[in-house]
Formats: sequence, C-alpha cells, structure tokens
Amino acid sequence: MARRWNVDFPDSSSSSHPTVADPPGFARSTPDLDESSGSRQRNDTEAAWKSQKAWEVAQAPFKNLLMMGFMMWMAGNTVHLFSMGITFSALWQPISALRSVGKVFEPFKDPRVDLNLPRLLFIALNLGGMALGMWKLNTLGLLPTHASDWVFSLAPAKEVEFAGGGASF
Amino acid sequence: MEARFLLGFLLLLSLLSLSFSIYEDQVGLADWHKRYIGKVKHAVFHAQKTGRRRVVVSTEENAIASLDLRTGDLFWRHVLGKDDVVDQLSLSLGKYVITLSSRGSVLRAWNLPDGQMVWETVLQNSNPTDSFLHVLGNVKSGRDSLILACNGGSIQAVSSIDGLVVWKKDLSVDGLKLKHVFQPPESDTIYAIGFIDTSQIAVYHLNAKTGELLKHATQSSPVDLSSEISVISGDSLVVLDSTRSSLLLIKFTAGSITHHHKLLSDIVEDFSGTAELIPTKSNDIFVVKAPSSIAFVKVRGDDEIELIGKADPAGIVSDSLTLSEEEQAFAVAHHSSNAINFHVKINGREILTESIKIEEHRGHVNRVFLNNYLRTDKSHGFRALIVMEDESLLLVQQGEVVWSREDGLASISDAVPAELPVEKEGVSVVEVEHTLLEWLKGHMLKLKGTLMLATPDDMAAIQAMHLKSSGRNKMTRDHNGFRKLIIVLTRSGKVYALHTGDGRIVWAYLLTPLLQSKRCPSPSVLTLHNWRVPHHNALQENPSVLLVGRCGAGLESQGFLSIVDSYSGKELENLILDHSIAEVVPLPLADSSEQKLHLLIDNDLNAHLYPRGLDSLKVFTSEMANMYYYKVDNAKGVVKGYTFKKGCSTWSSDAYCFSTRELWSLVFPSDSERIVATARRKMTEVVHTQAKIMTNQDVMYKYISKNILFVATVSPKATGGIGSAGPDEASLVAYLIDTVTGRILHRVTHQGAQGPVQAVVSENWVVYHYFNLRAHRYEMTVIEIYDHSRADNKDVMKLVLGKHNLTAPITSYSRPEVTTKSQSYFFTHSVKTIAVTTTARGITSKQILIGTIGDQVLALDKRFLDPRRTANPSQEEKEEGIIPLTDTLPIIPQSYVTHTLQVGDLRGIISFPANLESTTHVFSYGVDLFYTRIAPSRTYDSLTDEFSYVLLILTVVVLVAAILVMWAMSKKQDLQEKWR
Repeated sequence: MARRWNVDFPDSSSSSHPTVADPPGFARSTPDLDESSGSRQRNDTEAAWKSQKAWEVAQAPFKNLLMMGFMMWMAGNTVHLFSMGITFSALWQPISALRSVGKVFEPFKDPRVDLNLPRLLFIALNLGGMALGMWKLNTLGLLPTHASDWVFSLAPAKEVEFAGGGASF
Repeated sequence: MEARFLLGFLLLLSLLSLSFSIYEDQVGLADWHKRYIGKVKHAVFHAQKTGRRRVVVSTEENAIASLDLRTGDLFWRHVLGKDDVVDQLSLSLGKYVITLSSRGSVLRAWNLPDGQMVWETVLQNSNPTDSFLHVLGNVKSGRDSLILACNGGSIQAVSSIDGLVVWKKDLSVDGLKLKHVFQPPESDTIYAIGFIDTSQIAVYHLNAKTGELLKHATQSSPVDLSSEISVISGDSLVVLDSTRSSLLLIKFTAGSITHHHKLLSDIVEDFSGTAELIPTKSNDIFVVKAPSSIAFVKVRGDDEIELIGKADPAGIVSDSLTLSEEEQAFAVAHHSSNAINFHVKINGREILTESIKIEEHRGHVNRVFLNNYLRTDKSHGFRALIVMEDESLLLVQQGEVVWSREDGLASISDAVPAELPVEKEGVSVVEVEHTLLEWLKGHMLKLKGTLMLATPDDMAAIQAMHLKSSGRNKMTRDHNGFRKLIIVLTRSGKVYALHTGDGRIVWAYLLTPLLQSKRCPSPSVLTLHNWRVPHHNALQENPSVLLVGRCGAGLESQGFLSIVDSYSGKELENLILDHSIAEVVPLPLADSSEQKLHLLIDNDLNAHLYPRGLDSLKVFTSEMANMYYYKVDNAKGVVKGYTFKKGCSTWSSDAYCFSTRELWSLVFPSDSERIVATARRKMTEVVHTQAKIMTNQDVMYKYISKNILFVATVSPKATGGIGSAGPDEASLVAYLIDTVTGRILHRVTHQGAQGPVQAVVSENWVVYHYFNLRAHRYEMTVIEIYDHSRADNKDVMKLVLGKHNLTAPITSYSRPEVTTKSQSYFFTHSVKTIAVTTTARGITSKQILIGTIGDQVLALDKRFLDPRRTANPSQEEKEEGIIPLTDTLPIIPQSYVTHTLQVGDLRGIISFPANLESTTHVFSYGVDLFYTRIAPSRTYDSLTDEFSYVLLILTVVVLVAAILVMWAMSKKQDLQEKWR
C-alpha cells in the first residue's frame, strides 16, 4: 500500500542547521567559551558549600549528644526498661555512625575540600556520645568494674582437712 | 553483666516471694500428711451399739485415739506430748474416756464419740509413783459415779461428771503403796488394799461418799512381796514374792486378812528359775509365766488352786475377757516364721486355734488385746488387736488380718533421702496422660478454671485431676527430682521406704529377727546413713543404706552393720562386729564402686574402717593425714580432737583398724558452763559462692568450712526449765569451733539467757534460738562468719586475669583471720526443732524451717535473719532486699509450710534438694508425717502446674491465623491498587 502522506520534521535543535537564528542574547557557545573563569567560580562556591555542609554534618552529633544527655538525665539511675533503652541507643547510635563515617562524608568528597577535620570532629563527637553511653552504663552499675563482678559466682575453695564426729550415742 | 542482670532479676523475684504460700486448691498437690498413733499400750473396746464399733487406745507416743474397729481409721486422736505419759486408760459411764497421765497427776475425761475434752483435773501428789485408776460405778450419790485415783498412800475420788475432787484421803503411812481398790456391790464402803514396804499387807475401809477412814487392818506377810499382783476377784488377789518362785494368795473378808503361801513348783511341774505374774483382772483365774510354760491357774475357795491350762511360753497373753460369771477368755498369740498362732482359751480350755498369715517384716507379737462379739447364732466370736514387734497394729478376726496400721512410723528416729530407679526405655511419661484427647480435655478444664467459666462440677474435676497429678506416684526417677524415696528408721529397728509422691510405703524391712537368730540377742538400731549413692562409676549398682546398731543395751556391747538395698528393701549384707560402737563418722570419700567410707569409732577410741576392701583402705590411707575426729562429751563438758594413726593395739593384725591420738581438747569450766547444744553443717550441703556482695559493690568472703562446730553452753543453774534461774545467774555462751585445730573462731556471751537452745549451721552462718530471761521472751540470734584474710582480694585486674588465690585449697592450719557479724531478734514461739532448706546448687535463697510448739513447720526467710538489717536501710539496701530492722521476727501466717495441718509431737525436719534448683523437699516427722516441696524463691526455673498450655497454644494458633488472613487481605488489596 502506498503512503498517503508524509511529514518531514527537520531536526531544528541541532546547531548544524543555522536556518533559524538563535534568539537574541543566546550564545550557544558561551559555556564552552567561559570554561576557565565561570566554572572555577562555581566550583569554588560548591567547595565552600560542601565544606560548610561537611562541618554541619560533623557537628550534628553534638546536638544529638545534648539531647541524649537530657534523656539520660530524665531516665534516672535505676535499671529499668526506659533507662536501658536510652543507654543502649546512646551506645548504638555512635557505633552505627562511626561505621558509616565514610558514607556520611561521601557527598562532600572533593579534592579541594579538606574533609579530615570535619571527619575528626565527627568521630570525636561520636566517641564522646559513646563515652556518655558508657558512663551511663556505669552509673547504672552494669559495667564489671568492681571486684564483686568477678567473684560473685566464685565457688568456695576446697578444704584440705576433714573432721567428723560429734557426741557419742 | 548478664549475670548481674539475672541476679537482679532473681532478687526482684525473691522480693515478690516475701511470703511463701499456696492457694487453697493447691493443698495436697505436692504435700501429704499421714496420721499415726504409735505403739499401742492400752486398749479399751467399746462395742455397745453395733453401729459404733470402736476401740480407744493409748500409746507409747502418748497419744489417745479412738479407732474404727472395722477399718482401723482414726475417729479422733490427741497427742499429749513427750512429758505427759499416759499411765492408764478406762471408760466411765459408757460415754467418757478417762486417762491418768503424768505419773498419776493429771486426770482427764474425753467425750467418747468426738474426743473432745470434757474436764481435766490436776491431782496434787506429793511423791508421784505408780498410780492407778479405779472407776467406781453405782456410788449412791445421784447419777454420778466416782473415779478413784490412787497414788502411793493417798486416794482421791473425782466426780466423773465434772472432774471435781469429791474427797481426798491421805492414809499417811510410810512406805504404803496401794495396789487395789474395790467396792462390793450395793455397799457404801470402799476397800483399799496395799503393801507397806514389802513385808506387810494392809487393808483400809473407807466411806465411799466422804472418804472417811472407817477401819483398817495390817498383817505381816510370811514372804517378801514383789509388786506384781493379779486381781482374781473383788476381794482377793495373788501376789508374787520377791524371789519370784512362790505366790501368796490374799483374801480380805470383813476386816480381816487371810493369806496362803503356795510354791510355784507345786502348781507348775518342772518349775525352775523365776516366774512372772501376768497382771490380769478376772474371776478366780490368774496367769503365771514360767520359763517352761504359761500356766492358767484357777483358785477355788480360799486356798485351793488348780492348773487348768498351759500355753507355749513364747506366747503373749491378753488381758482376760469376761464372757459370763463363769467364763473367762484369754488369748495367747505367738509368732512362727510368717504366721501368728492365735489361741483363745475359755477357763483354760482351748476353744479356738487360728493360724494367721502375716508379712515377714512384722516380727514377733508384743501385745494382744482380746475382744468378743456375738455371732448371729448367739455364740461368741473373737477378735483381737495385736501389737507387733515393729509397733504395727493388726486386727485379726476369723483367721485373717482385717486391717493393719503401720504405727511404727510414729517413732521415726532417722531419715535419709534416696533416689528411685532410672526410667527404663520404652516407658515414657506421656503414657500417664493416656491420650492426647484426654490431655486436651484436662487443659480445657484448667483453662475454664482460669477464665472463671468453670461450673462447680468442673472445679471438682479439676481438683481430682490435680490430685492425680500426672505421674507423681510413679516408681521411677523424674527429670526434676520430685519423685524420691525417703528411707526412715523407726525406734523398733524397722526401715521403711516412703514415696515422696503420696507417702505410701514402698518397702519395709525389720532388721531384728535375722540378727536375733545370729548372736545378737537384743539389737537396737542407732543410725541410718547413705551407703552407696551411685553417680558415675557404678550407675548399674543399686543405691543402698547403712544401718548401724548395737547388740545390747550397754555401751560396751558389740555393734552390727546392715546394708539394705534402697530399691528393693532386701538386706545385702549383715555384719556382727567384734567391737563396740560409740560413733559413726561418714567420710567425704568413696571407693571405686561408690561405696562411702565410714569410720566406726569404738569405746576405746579405735577407728574401724568400712567397707573393708583394699580399695577403700588405699583411698583412706592416702587421705588419712587430713582426717580428724572430734568428740563432744556433754557430761564432762569437754570437746576433744583426735588424729588417726595406723594400727591399733587391741586388733593389731587388723589393717582396717586405726588408733587415735589426742590433738587438742577444749574444757569448758564445769562450774560456769554446761554444754546444752551442738550443731554442725550438713555434709551434703552445696554452697554456690564464697563471695558476699555488699550494697556498695564491696565483697566479703564467707568463711565456708565443713569443720565449724557450734557449741552452746549455759551456766549450770540455768540448765533446768525456764524460771529455775534468775537473769543474773543465767548466761549462755555460743562458740564457733574449728574441729580440725580446736581453735575458737568466735565466742559470744548472752547475759541473762538460757536454754533450751536449738541451732542450725549452714554456709557461713549459724542461727540459734534460746530464752532471754530479762526480756521474758524467746530470742533468735544469727552469726555470720567471714574470712578476713581474703578480704584484700579486690584488684579487678588480678581477678580478671585469674591471678588470685581464692580457689586454692585452704587449710585450717593457716589460721585464717575471721570477722563475724551478728544480730539478735525476739521470736514469739518456742521451738522444738530447727532446720534449713538445701537446694541442688545452693543458689536459691535459704529459708529456716522452724518446728513450732504448735507442731507446725514455719518457713522463715533467711533475709529476716540478716545481720546487715538496719532500722533505716538506704535506697540501695532496700533495692538489694534488706528488710528494715524490727525487734521481733515476723510470723506470716501464710509461711507455715504445713498450712492448717499439725505434725503431732514434731521431732525432726529434714530438707533435701530436688534436681530443680528452685525446689527443695521438706519432710517433717513426729507421731505424724508431713511432706511437701517448697521453693524458697518461687519456682523461677520452671512453669508451674497452673500454667495453661492450652491458652498458650490457642494464642499462637490465633496469631498465626490472623497473620495468614492479614497477609491474604493485604495481597488482595495490593492487586486492586495496581489495577486501578
């Protein structure tokens, strides 16, 4: 069957067809031309932004720390479900954060951004959080820091001698 | 960390279980209670109406009871207690039981149908001696009848209606002992006959209504009189002379005494030696027991006597039974191998001979009580109560044992636990549950019960099910160790094995017959020990127990050993020893076949090792240097310690004999101290830990030693009862002594305190009970002893690395420094006996088991006896479970282990562990037996019987179903969502 009709759409987006002029003010080749100056400027802002963000992320555990401290204070020093939950989350959060320390700073990776300091701060704050957790654990009396924790089930020592007897029948 | 958490959890649980108690419907689930009466010594039959056939008995355990003659069940029973010995029992007016007790000083009347006490009269006696009762009928003072109680030279007449003393007559003649009182029918005069010393016969005529002495006469006797008399009629009696070879017939006729002297050899041919007059009361017949035979003698007229019958001298003669004016019946019973030959003689003529088969473990006949009944053809039938050597009571009738009661169990002297056999393959516990359907049904019922939907019928079914309680009575070991045997030794030398499930007798074994057949004339069993407890090496061997006894009454008489299999009750070995036995020392050693080593110390302080075998000798000699012996001499007030040395002088060739050498002696000054109580730790007790953790995380190390001996002494003046000494004269000193070195670890004096002292030692503490004269109250003191020399083991690093010497073996010769903590409390009850719970691993907190004066067992938490108690404990201390200090120990009614029951005349409590750590068996014995299982910190390691498995299964099923439904629904919803 023969074609009834056919419309040919010319590829107008391509720059190889200069048939239609560009709108005024539009310079197709600008990005290519300003690569040396404009791109560097943009990269600088991005790096600054990244580093700022990285610092922010690094400081985030601090707020957490404060909140945790408040929660711990609220929980009190007796062993029960609430205080146990708080303490374990206080211990678990820093650990999970430390395990994903690479991932946390992944988006801010940049050769021009020095991530070591924020990373160190992040680690330090998390360690601080963990220390807080441990301190709480200790105040709850759940750390084996006393002699009593090591001898509570120590079997009695064997006796060398045996004496039997009593009153006669 | 986890362990501490667990500990905290346990503590929390123990806080919850401040009082141990059970619910009403749990009674009888784990516990049982058996009532006994003891060895019967008097029996009075009461068969007036056919509907009420009963017999009233009094026993050597001082119980008075009314028994159903058809079944042997108790109608009622009273236990009078150790100091209230029943002297005589009789019936009055057909409705009162009269008892004379406490050496003739207490007279009581009990209502016959229900056993309630009607009245009690204390008779004032200057010098209590042999007393007897005489119930007089027809005294013409209204409908009242008088009871005459004679004591030495005085007579008291007591009204049987209200117990008031109507008159009292003291004949005030030196050396007078009244023997018989009678009142001729229709007369106002009472004749009282007695002997003055042994040479004079006296008769007194008294006015029955006033007690006024009307007349009296004395006559000297031609022979010296013994105290054995036999009353042959109202006005005549027979008395044996003091040489026991002749008789004196005494007759009292209005105001005069006539007597006739008869030689026994004239009555009984081939008479030699001495005779016994069997005390009977009958018309003109008396019974003499000579070495060759038992003679029934009839008295005719004044002085004519005639032998009318004879019986085997081994027989036991009953009291006479009057059938009619002319007819007197006697029963003679004697034992032959496995039968009782039972004869009934009327006027000496044998009319009934029966041979009654009985179990072999009952021994000889000890007492016979004869009773008759009228058959339908108006002839006499006879039945008899027979008391056997093992103290059991049988009713025989028509050649058969109608019923029997194991009343020997009322006099348990020792008890040890034993294991049951291991379950055989192919027999599983599930079989007890029959079918799954039945199991489910049962649990549905229980569920209904918990949800309060059950009807009363259902409740009854639940209760019945509880009592049946799936296999608690099986004869095999269970996983939890709830089913065990309790092996008990009774005074008569019989050994019983009781099942902990329901208290039934699994086997019984009477030791004495076999020993008597050997060269052991009158054996008495002293103690019971575990001989073999198989653990690892000898699992195929049966466990066995050791019985140690003496062949005679004297201290010097030779000893014997008997080893009895715990499963079957068969005697495995029987040894009559060459030496005497003063003491049995079970050693903490065993030979290769798991037989425990025992040292038998004789009177010359030589030690004899058993079992005899090279193996045991090797084991003992290698440990001999560390074995010691100590001896407490209560009379002299000395405790001495000895060491063992090879070879002994008396049996120089015997390698199993060791001599002893004195090492130390502790002499308590006899003018100021007398030993009243000693106590030591149970050898089998297990202690979990040596550390005691204080509230501030501090550690104290317990001084745990098996060689601690607690000795309590009181000042000599205060050895009597309470009130015998003033508070300034009395003092009690408590000692803790190391029995290896003789060192006094601790000594404390309680001024103004006196005995009786009851003490129990466990772990590192001792609890003792005494009377405080200043406060007029009983007191309990706890002393805890700690090892101060280990106190500096507090370096955590060293402990973590294991660089400490806390588990190194310790010796008493290192003289460890000890510190003690002590506290005293008032206690409301006086205490009969005291014990402590023991568990398999010693983790569970302890309870002190107190046998109270009310014959109950009270479980008191050790936490109440904690020297760390203060009036205002801090928050931490409260959390730890320290109870605020009060001056008195609380008695929580729910903590009575025996709940509402009483263990009559409670004498001992033993506690032995189940396999389950939380649970311990408690067995208490006296005239009654009571057994239960208790969990001092609740059953934290198992689900209770009350746990509803059906509810659990239902919940799981419902949850699973809900999950499936939800899953299907959510899938459907998902699909719909996607199609939209």
